[in-house]
Amino acid sequence: MSNFIHQQSAHCESGVMSSLLTHHGLPMSEPMAFGLSAALSFALIPFVKLSGLPLIAYRMPPRAIVKGLQKSTGVTMQFQTFRDASRGMEALDVMLDQGRVVGLQTSVFWLPYFPEGMRFHFNAHNLIVYGREGDDYLISDPVFETPMRCDRASLMKARFAKGALAAKGLMYFPEKIPSDIDYAKQIPLAIRRNIKIMTKAPLPFIGIRGIRRMGQQLLKLERDVSQREHYLPLYLGHIVRMQEEIGTGGAGFRFIYAAFLRESSKLLDSAPLKEAATAMTEAGDHWRLFALRASKMCKGREKMDTALLNEILNGCADREALAWKMLTTSL
Amino acid sequence: MERDSVPQDNSHTYGGHRKLLYATDERGEYVGVASSGWEAETIATDSALNLLQQQQAETWQRAQRGETSALEYYMVYRRMDVALLSQTSGIFQWRIRRHFKPEIYPGLSNKLLARYSEALGIEITTLKTLIENP
Repeated sequence: MSNFIHQQSAHCESGVMSSLLTHHGLPMSEPMAFGLSAALSFALIPFVKLSGLPLIAYRMPPRAIVKGLQKSTGVTMQFQTFRDASRGMEALDVMLDQGRVVGLQTSVFWLPYFPEGMRFHFNAHNLIVYGREGDDYLISDPVFETPMRCDRASLMKARFAKGALAAKGLMYFPEKIPSDIDYAKQIPLAIRRNIKIMTKAPLPFIGIRGIRRMGQQLLKLERDVSQREHYLPLYLGHIVRMQEEIGTGGAGFRFIYAAFLRESSKLLDSAPLKEAATAMTEAGDHWRLFALRASKMCKGREKMDTALLNEILNGCADREALAWKMLTTSL
Repeated sequence: MERDSVPQDNSHTYGGHRKLLYATDERGEYVGVASSGWEAETIATDSALNLLQQQQAETWQRAQRGETSALEYYMVYRRMDVALLSQTSGIFQWRIRRHFKPEIYPGLSNKLLARYSEALGIEITTLKTLIENP
């Protein structure tokens, strides 16, 4: 069995990549993996629905981190998907028997070690398999504190669950790893890519404009008698869940990104990056304020006040705009 | 967020686990801190879970009264909707809805039931009848 060391992370995909690269001799923190892949975003997509509610994302779509890291670090990853589930399991076994450590994309719902309250049909979870013992696979799931185990039948079901974002058994592992990374070049490049996403997206529901749009939308929902009673509280709960649930590091990934900026400021010895990190932290804190008030209104513990929520969201947008502006001038 | 203000609200939805958050220490450096839960998140997760539970109880009662088949109950029990069950089983949505009819469902072939069994991860014998308590 390999000498793999489990490491807990805030988010599954950045956690898997951080652990995989570190294990293969290229030490990288989770925030660095997240930042280098320019994974921060905001998107409110009205025409993609999750059980009747619009898709809200605080980061780039699944696989963006794995792919983004290939671009910025020069790592070459190999990806395999399988049409046949038992073939997919055999391929995994072959890798493990060679002592390899691999990443998998799975559904959350069918993993037996997930607590009941976190089991939803979400197909873009990521985890690492580092060995097997009898019928059990040894799993390093980045969002858990300790290594987990999963029986063969359940893992197969989790890998081959169908539906939106179906993994099709996706297995991935580094094929070629560079000996070092040119941080002085790659960090500014990655930040520039992220500036583009957050401030220059051509669509009004992406980036900072999207955050403000969400506030406007809340105002509209409260004015609409048919939506005020049921849909609005449901929607608020949904926004908060997308912001805080499994592996967001809290505050919709803003803290992870701030940690990346802070680490970068040290690597590059840059004071402006350090200041931008503080600005991003403040944006994150404001998102937490939003979650706190919105969840109370959703539950009816506080009077519904979308004007206030809109104001807080504009506050989030303002703080993020400031952070991105600081970053733009610092590069 | 500072390290000391990382919430430790023991959310029951975490099932005793802790999540990692990034927070700042005294020098402003980011460190990973384990959190046992946060009230705001618990409220949001609970409202989603309650909705699922409500649906489950409602569907069980309708099945009990003979207004729908056990299949719809087991679908809801697995936190799926018709669209997802259709994708998972490869059976058209209109056909699934037809199988929700209590007069049709008992006549389903074992072959069809096997597909539902595979999709839902529930034994065929269990699928055939409604469980006694939701």
